[in-house]
Amino acid sequence: MMNNPSAPAIQFDQVSRHFGEVKAVDQVDLEIMDGEFFSMLGPSGSGKTTCLRMIAGFDRPTSGKIRLYGQDVSNLPPYDRDVNTVFQDYALFPHMNVGDNIAYGLMVKKVAKEERVRRVDEILELVQLTGFAGRKPSQLSGGQRQRVALARALINHPKVLLLDEPLGALDLKLRQQMQVELKAIQKRVGITFIFVTHDQEEAITMSDRIAVFNQGKIEQIGSPSDVYERPSSAFVAGFVGTSNLVKGEVAKRITGSEQTFSIRPEKIHLGSVRDKSAEDMVSIDGVVRDVIYLGLYTRYLVEIEGGGDLVVIEQNLKTTSMEVLSAKGQKVKLSWQKDHISRVGG
Amino acid sequence: MPSKSSDNLPKAPLGLTLAALGTLLFLHVPMWIIFLYTLTPDETTYTFPLPGFTTKWFGVALQRADLWRSLTLSMQVAAIATLAALILGTLAAAAVYRSNFFGRESISFLLVLPIALPGIVTGIALRTAIGGLDIPFSFWTIVIGHATFCVVVVYNNVLARFRRTSGTMIEASMDLGANSFQTFRYVVLPNIATALLAGGMLAFALSFDEVIVTTFTAGQQTTLPIWIFGQLSRPRDRPVTNVVATIVILITFLPIFFAQKISAEASDTEGETK
Amino acid sequence: MLNRISTFFYRRPGLVLALFLTPPLLYMVVVYLGSLFSLLINSFFSIDDFTGMVIREFTLKTYAQIFNPANREIFMRTGSMAFFVTVVDALIAFPLAYYIAKFSSRRLKTWLLIAVTIPLWSSYLVRVYAWKLILAKEGILSWFINLLHLNGPLDWLLSLPGIGGSSLSLSPIGMFIVFVYIWLPYMIIPIQTALERVPGSLLEASSDLGAKPYQTFRTVILPLAFPGVVAGSIFTFSLTLGDFIVPLTLGNSKFFIGQAVYSYQGTGGNIPLAAAMTMGPVVIMVVYLLIARKLGAFDAL
Repeated sequence: MMNNPSAPAIQFDQVSRHFGEVKAVDQVDLEIMDGEFFSMLGPSGSGKTTCLRMIAGFDRPTSGKIRLYGQDVSNLPPYDRDVNTVFQDYALFPHMNVGDNIAYGLMVKKVAKEERVRRVDEILELVQLTGFAGRKPSQLSGGQRQRVALARALINHPKVLLLDEPLGALDLKLRQQMQVELKAIQKRVGITFIFVTHDQEEAITMSDRIAVFNQGKIEQIGSPSDVYERPSSAFVAGFVGTSNLVKGEVAKRITGSEQTFSIRPEKIHLGSVRDKSAEDMVSIDGVVRDVIYLGLYTRYLVEIEGGGDLVVIEQNLKTTSMEVLSAKGQKVKLSWQKDHISRVGG
Repeated sequence: MPSKSSDNLPKAPLGLTLAALGTLLFLHVPMWIIFLYTLTPDETTYTFPLPGFTTKWFGVALQRADLWRSLTLSMQVAAIATLAALILGTLAAAAVYRSNFFGRESISFLLVLPIALPGIVTGIALRTAIGGLDIPFSFWTIVIGHATFCVVVVYNNVLARFRRTSGTMIEASMDLGANSFQTFRYVVLPNIATALLAGGMLAFALSFDEVIVTTFTAGQQTTLPIWIFGQLSRPRDRPVTNVVATIVILITFLPIFFAQKISAEASDTEGETK
Repeated sequence: MLNRISTFFYRRPGLVLALFLTPPLLYMVVVYLGSLFSLLINSFFSIDDFTGMVIREFTLKTYAQIFNPANREIFMRTGSMAFFVTVVDALIAFPLAYYIAKFSSRRLKTWLLIAVTIPLWSSYLVRVYAWKLILAKEGILSWFINLLHLNGPLDWLLSLPGIGGSSLSLSPIGMFIVFVYIWLPYMIIPIQTALERVPGSLLEASSDLGAKPYQTFRTVILPLAFPGVVAGSIFTFSLTLGDFIVPLTLGNSKFFIGQAVYSYQGTGGNIPLAAAMTMGPVVIMVVYLLIARKLGAFDAL
């Protein structure tokens, strides 16, 4: 094959995919590095799943090129690409047992029976399902099916593993456990993982880098902290975590510029109006309009001078519910470090 | 594992239960009466109570060469019509399932027409067409007629199965390295096999005792239903007809029974996995 | 090699679709629609009264024949038979359909559905034949009526003009019973399907809101079952319209549409008249299907 190990694992070159009038993916450029855990994050209909399907080969770009380690795969059928997928609904074959499901890729490649058995045992151990080879998919729990789907893809040693919202169907606890496990497995096998999700927390927990999709385009690519701390657009600021957007007159009052900026609720310090603000801090006075006590922390809604509300989150370090709830109606001073502000244009 | 609906099943009012039971008996008792009449010694009337009991008519029927010929003919027609229906019905179901093309709805409509319109319409239409083309009526014209209304049976069964199976399964297979042919052999076929079996058996039963279209598309051939039809309007061999009717019931009962059982089980397992 | 072929087709989904669709479409369009078309054409031909040969020239003469009093009567007779059969089938089918849909466990439901579908798929002819035995003058029904001393009412019924006859096995009443019996499963299944879709919670909600069982039945169940009834009636109506086996077996000299068509094309050799005659049920069914679709019956099919 015309593979180049030093080339990016996946490279999108001006890739578009149109469905009639709808531009599901619109001139996307993207590079995903070898061995990366890369997440595609975005709301439904943002184009992330279409990108994944084009990498897998289920769909083809209307224009542009997709390269896998330097080789143009834009027009190759799925079975001619060294890429495997873990599907959202797992897509296990109901008529085959777990062992046959996992060995499927080897079977169609005519790998000898003994080796198939050996490798299935090996991979079952990796996903902690030793001894499950004889079961039918219908006899497994959701989490177990998920592992079988993962094993079935990994056994083929793909160059890139695609995961299409694979944790979507699991309950919260199992989900968090699987996040940790997936990350660990990826470290062990060293394969490039491309993970599609609409859950920002999941993306932040697991990824080396995240691409935030919106309306067929990538809004921002960066490490989880980049995307979280320095959102490049109002969309990213709003989609990844919660954020306060301050614009116009109020923005000018605080920063001296009318340019919209975002500030995370947990970066804001809630203090007494008499407090003096430090040099590297900006501050503004306001009135607490609402208080929501959430146990671990409290969420305040503060109406600031000049109009507009800011959400502030403070951990309940020393306070009790009685104390925080009495804050309602009080005048407060909000302050935060200058460099916690992200200009998001506009 | 009891289903949700049976957990808190309301109790049926007595009147409703009796009415339902009565309807069931109404549906089935008449057929049992034919079984009873196979034992009558009476050759010329349908006298009840039976004047006596005899089993000789089974032997008599077995000796009748014309019956054997008709039975063989009906079997052959049904087998070939079923085979054609399996191929055409599966292709149509696959096409309708896999893509969203213009006029997709009309396909179902076109396929269901032969059973939605009265059989006589199909029959006489085929007769005028075949006659108009000066094609001699033969074994094959019977098969052509039967295939038109058997296709929809296979089509419905296979399409329902396609819709029930996860669409990503085919993608998963190709993703794992199987080409279209391998995917068909290892994934598609095993998943639709029982639907094919069920559809095929229903088509066979449907063809085996079809009479209306057959009267218009047959030449000198006498299928088993045509033989019975002759006896209906001009009874000559009453006791033998009873035996033949019983045989027809038995031959069609089994495939229909198993086809229904397969379909019921398919929707049951679906309920369990979801 | 196979991989190459597979890839060739994979890149051309349109071609694959065409390959899949062509055989069934070709068959249905050429053989079936073609035949229907030839039937339509033939209905515009006429027959030479002298030679009995078909004259292949466009004419409405044959259609005019349909509207002569004798044929009009045939249409009326068949239409009212189909109507009454449909109504009675709906009444009989409802309790069983309701029982299957709402009062039977999963296991029982499977068996009941098999019990209903076996007669639907099988032995149409044999099931007609069964009634020949049952309705015969010396048969089991007469014996039973005799036992119950109901001969008087039966004779009175058979003496009624229009529906009576020499015996049950040779009268419109007999035909009516057989039609009701033969098409009953076609009515049960759609009603059951429609009722199956009524969520149990809806019934509970209704009784929760204080509705008495009868009110729930009338205001919730019946309206929801209605599309099923319409769907079932498509079959019972259509099948009765076109049937000629039952009239030939149990009828008298008064023709029904199917029977007329059968004899025109057979002994009469008048294919154009038979064709024109068949257009009656076709038109009726098309109109019926359109109305049924408006009423949402197709969802219950």
